[in-house]
Amino acid sequence: MEFFEFYRKDRWPHQFCPGCGLGTIMNGLYKAFNDLKMDINKTVFVSGIGCTGRVPGYINADSVHTTHGRPIAFATGIKLARPDLNVVVISGDGDLFAIGGNHIIHAARRNIDIKVIAVNNATYGLTGGQLAPTTPHNMVTTTSPYGNKEHPFALAELVAAAGANYVARWTTAHPNQLVNSIKTALTIPGFTFVEVVSQCPVNFGRRNKMSDPVYHLRWIKEHSIPLSKVTFDLKSPFDFMDINFKGIYTVGEFVKRDRPPYGKSIEYENNVLRPPKE
Amino acid sequence: MLTPGRYFISGNIAVAEAALLAGCRFYSGYPITPSSEIMEHMAARMEKEGGVFIQTEDEISAIAAAIGAGMTGTKAMTATSGPGFSLMQENIGYAAMTETPVVIVDVMRGGPSTGQVTIVAQGDVMQARFGSHGDYENIVLAANSVQELVDLTIKAFNLSVIFRNPVILLSDAELARMIEKVEIPKNIEVYDFNQIKIPDVPEFKPLGNGHKLAITGLTHDERGYPITTDVNVHRRLVTRLVNKIKNNESMISDVEIINPDAKNIIVSYGISSRAAYPILKKRKDVGLFRPRTLWPFPESKAKDVFEDKNIITVEMNLRGYDLEVERVARKYGSKNFKHLKLIGGEVPTPKHILDALEVN
Repeated sequence: MEFFEFYRKDRWPHQFCPGCGLGTIMNGLYKAFNDLKMDINKTVFVSGIGCTGRVPGYINADSVHTTHGRPIAFATGIKLARPDLNVVVISGDGDLFAIGGNHIIHAARRNIDIKVIAVNNATYGLTGGQLAPTTPHNMVTTTSPYGNKEHPFALAELVAAAGANYVARWTTAHPNQLVNSIKTALTIPGFTFVEVVSQCPVNFGRRNKMSDPVYHLRWIKEHSIPLSKVTFDLKSPFDFMDINFKGIYTVGEFVKRDRPPYGKSIEYENNVLRPPKE
Repeated sequence: MLTPGRYFISGNIAVAEAALLAGCRFYSGYPITPSSEIMEHMAARMEKEGGVFIQTEDEISAIAAAIGAGMTGTKAMTATSGPGFSLMQENIGYAAMTETPVVIVDVMRGGPSTGQVTIVAQGDVMQARFGSHGDYENIVLAANSVQELVDLTIKAFNLSVIFRNPVILLSDAELARMIEKVEIPKNIEVYDFNQIKIPDVPEFKPLGNGHKLAITGLTHDERGYPITTDVNVHRRLVTRLVNKIKNNESMISDVEIINPDAKNIIVSYGISSRAAYPILKKRKDVGLFRPRTLWPFPESKAKDVFEDKNIITVEMNLRGYDLEVERVARKYGSKNFKHLKLIGGEVPTPKHILDALEVN
């Protein structure tokens, strides 16, 4: 599959800013589909609102650009009505975890067979760089001009706890690992989730002394540590909560398990979840 | 599925069974009084008919999942009541913009806010039409008996696929629990996607069939590509979305008219219109205009009835359908208006209407 068989050439050039991480991610998505030789005619790409929400519109397949925060809910309806289709949700951190936070934890709990790629650029890029639930502590945005008073969400950890079958986090500074994780996510049944930490030099970096995309990317790389280093010990410098609050990203594969997906769990429930007989 | 014959069932069960008869194979919902029996009945019946049932985490995802299913060419429905209906409004506008067929049943209860959970009201009449932002047209149906809930549920699915538009069926807390005789006819008229060609309604193409659809709630051109800054693209799209309903009003509208030549005309719909029938039997100077299709306003049918008449509207809200009735009736020369408005759960009785008729 050529690049412009996967993307709609008549919609090029895309609308993303120079230096945006979405270029790397769109390339990775194409590579994953190309390597797996997946039929894009049997795939529906669903997104919400935001910069990342515009990505499916460029893909040369069925794409649904939904209302703000609701792509997972729409994808649930599509997948249940047409179980033979691959349903891939590509959306941003604000869309999936602020306004749409309820839907993603419940979809993960149901373990419904949809694939989610969440692009985390730590801000609301399309609306001009406001505070997001993923903005690291003390960082400056247009709605936190004196620095963020809050602490960010740990997206991958949250989804893993909610019950997804596969959860990974990479950054745009890890393109090869990202492609491999997208490939794994697309092939594992059940709810799978890949978080990509991405740079937004124009609307986030600019206000935090990282207006140069290369510098921004380097900052992301320096602020990511492998999952093996993380501890759940408050006294350690790598405590899970502490490093998250500092805006350091743990990268790697968090969860890989084989829970039965939604709709296929009757046998499992009969065997495991039934209360023991007296 | 119900076989043709007579049944003795409640309004909520009637809606669920009629939806299955109309070909509904996707139901998503969130429990809310007084609509929950629709959902409970669907949970028990849907999978036996080979359809999908899911209880979602809120009403927003209930309507979103139903629209998603509608995009794949599945007839989909959700049912709710006041507070849930408010949550659904944004996505109702999305369904109108993306021209996705979906049926929403609103079992009305006393509002605003949590209001009177188990008590009947008709306060959602204007919200059903104007609830979402921007210019769009909804088709809104209102039933006044359990039999009519069956007929109008089937009609709602037909209209939604014919016009590629969300269709809202208004039931209420009283009808929902009322048990009445229902007759399921031998031949039910059920339309499928693309079965009828209407000007201004493009052909429906489902997801997943290689059509490479681009669907967006942004202003888009014929290919589905977002073009948000062009005056003409927006004007062309939204005018067409409104006109496909507005220009076909005479085809959609369905009104029960009794004694159209009488000097006094009762305009009512839903449960409150049931108070009019005993009066009509006794008094020849009283007529009835009862829209089953509230929106688009059945103007083509109103023309002859509203000519220089005394109009009395009967409904269970403080500001509702009377606004539109008065606007249209004034256009055709009616000058005397009375508005009988009862809220709090008191269903109008013939005496209420007779008393209102006496006062000049």
